[in-house]
Amino acid sequence: MSELTYREALRQTLRYQLQHDDRVFLMGEDIGAYGGSYAVTKGLLSEFGERRVRDTPIAESVVVGAGIGAAMAGLRPMVELMTINFSLLAIDQIVNNAAKLHYMSNGQIDVPIVIRMAGGAGSQLGAQHSQSFEGWYAHVPGLKVAVPSTPYDAKGLLMTAFEDGNPVIFIEHTALYTSKGEVPDEPYRIPFGQAEVYRAGTDVTLICYSGSLHQGIGAAQRLAAEGIECEVLNLRTLRPLDVETILASVRKTNRAIVVEDDWRFGGFGGEIAAMIQEHAFDDLDAPVLRCSGADVPMPYAGALEQAALPQEAEIVRLVKTMV
Amino acid sequence: MGQTTEQQRARSTPGRTPAADPVALLRTMMEIRRFEEKSAEMYAKGRIKGFLHLYIGQEAVATGVIAALRSDDYIVSHYREHGHALARGLEPRRVMAELFGRETGVSGGRGGSMHLFDVEKSFLGGYAIVAGHMPLACGLALAEQYKGTDRIAVNFIGDGAVNEGEFHEALNLAAVWKLPVLFVNENNLYGMGTDIRRVSAVVETHKRAQAYGIAAEEVDGMDVRAVHETTARLAQRVRAGEGPAFIEAKCYRFRGHSMADAEHYRSKEEVERWRRLDPIETLKASLLADHAISDADIEKMQAGAEEMARDAAQFAEESAAPPVESLYRHIFKERRDV
Repeated sequence: MSELTYREALRQTLRYQLQHDDRVFLMGEDIGAYGGSYAVTKGLLSEFGERRVRDTPIAESVVVGAGIGAAMAGLRPMVELMTINFSLLAIDQIVNNAAKLHYMSNGQIDVPIVIRMAGGAGSQLGAQHSQSFEGWYAHVPGLKVAVPSTPYDAKGLLMTAFEDGNPVIFIEHTALYTSKGEVPDEPYRIPFGQAEVYRAGTDVTLICYSGSLHQGIGAAQRLAAEGIECEVLNLRTLRPLDVETILASVRKTNRAIVVEDDWRFGGFGGEIAAMIQEHAFDDLDAPVLRCSGADVPMPYAGALEQAALPQEAEIVRLVKTMV
Repeated sequence: MGQTTEQQRARSTPGRTPAADPVALLRTMMEIRRFEEKSAEMYAKGRIKGFLHLYIGQEAVATGVIAALRSDDYIVSHYREHGHALARGLEPRRVMAELFGRETGVSGGRGGSMHLFDVEKSFLGGYAIVAGHMPLACGLALAEQYKGTDRIAVNFIGDGAVNEGEFHEALNLAAVWKLPVLFVNENNLYGMGTDIRRVSAVVETHKRAQAYGIAAEEVDGMDVRAVHETTARLAQRVRAGEGPAFIEAKCYRFRGHSMADAEHYRSKEEVERWRRLDPIETLKASLLADHAISDADIEKMQAGAEEMARDAAQFAEESAAPPVESLYRHIFKERRDV
């Protein structure tokens, strides 16, 4: 065990994959000479060389598309898109090609690609650099969507992503890169579709993922001081979604709140709420609530940005309306 | 057909691509033409649904290009790709079955006319997003460069692709990384129903490739031998690691964009003018004039093409639809979730 930051944990998996599989190569904007916009790939160019760690033009569509093509030819590319906001420029490749090729070709073509991108808000980067599109990607059949919340998740989920054999959208949270946690030194895998019960509780289930896990934990600690025990779930992947763990928790607590950075309207939280009422309606003592991002383009000013993001205090308030 | 001395010499010289066998090229073009006519007939009968984009008129491009490639070179094509599939040697039966949406189709009925796939033949698909397949061709080429093979990727695009951002992104990446990819632009002068001159600042598409420092040439896409010669030369260059190349094949589709096209955007006179350049008829006339073939040979080839198309349609007709229970198969490589 070592205490690592989220970015160091990611880098360990990248190094491991580069060391152990010659089919693996990395490409993206400024991942090499610059060291990566969020320094995840720092040092990898000098260690592995330009064949394995490739700086690309700022041309997201061809970078992702070339990754898909290389995957079709049997390689294991990892494409870094710097931020999820830029992934919109590659959405044709992700949705029309990566997600569909295995199906359209009747299973003849595999697309074992990992597409990493940093999402989320909270760093005052303005409306075009502060978005959460994980729900959009989870909407598309043929894509897997991983959303690590901790250094432990980051290392283990990325390992699984490389070995899954399908296109994986791997969404890191910009506010978490410097967060620290205990991480095993040896390689390990966290299976997709298995949520973690991060904190056990009996009164309300807080369904969290990516950055929102930390607001959920904070709120649960505050509520515990008042005698309210929240169960906090860390989804780890949105697709596949661990329906069983969510339902098992709701059947125990009879109340649930989805906590997410994403816009509320049409967001992934709505999918979870619908799923719960379809399968566990009789177990619910209250409507499933959502503590989401505000439906606004993210403002720059710090106070406005914080008002647009899910906050511990708001989770606490919502929980108290339910119990 | 016996080989000419020149062909034998070409085949025995290392590093040289053999000269085209014009009779084989003619046969392939005739088969594509007949297959497409049969497809139109089956569409009219309601056997084929959705969009159907016929290749009639452009046969010289797919035929000439693919005959000049190695059989393991990747082909990545657009949505008017029946001709490329047949020229690469995909079974006509299974191509027709795909158009019918049958289980025996090359894509198991999951693809349709615009999404033919046969990995064993290195035929990596027809794609229905204009220019969206160009990055894939770059990636296939990148993979072979990475592995150190001399396999190349060949990417067919239409003239409609040249104003898409992905066209420019792909040409730039291919050039800066010297990727072994050959782009073949089938310039049939219309992006769906829009004349290229109305929407393109530079209509000579090969000049756009030249702007990226790519070896690019224009060729008469109605002349299969010219297409073959140009491809052989440029493919050799690409294979040798000299970077990407680009062919602008000027051609014309004789039928509408799809079966739903009333063709209001072009004149009958223009279509007639191009029909006089029919790549099949001009090659036939040339070979007859040279006494390379006889009328009897042509009749025999026509009968062969007819039988191929008839057999393909019969096979498709007799094939089963994919079972509804298979709806969720192949979303992921291993179906752990849906």
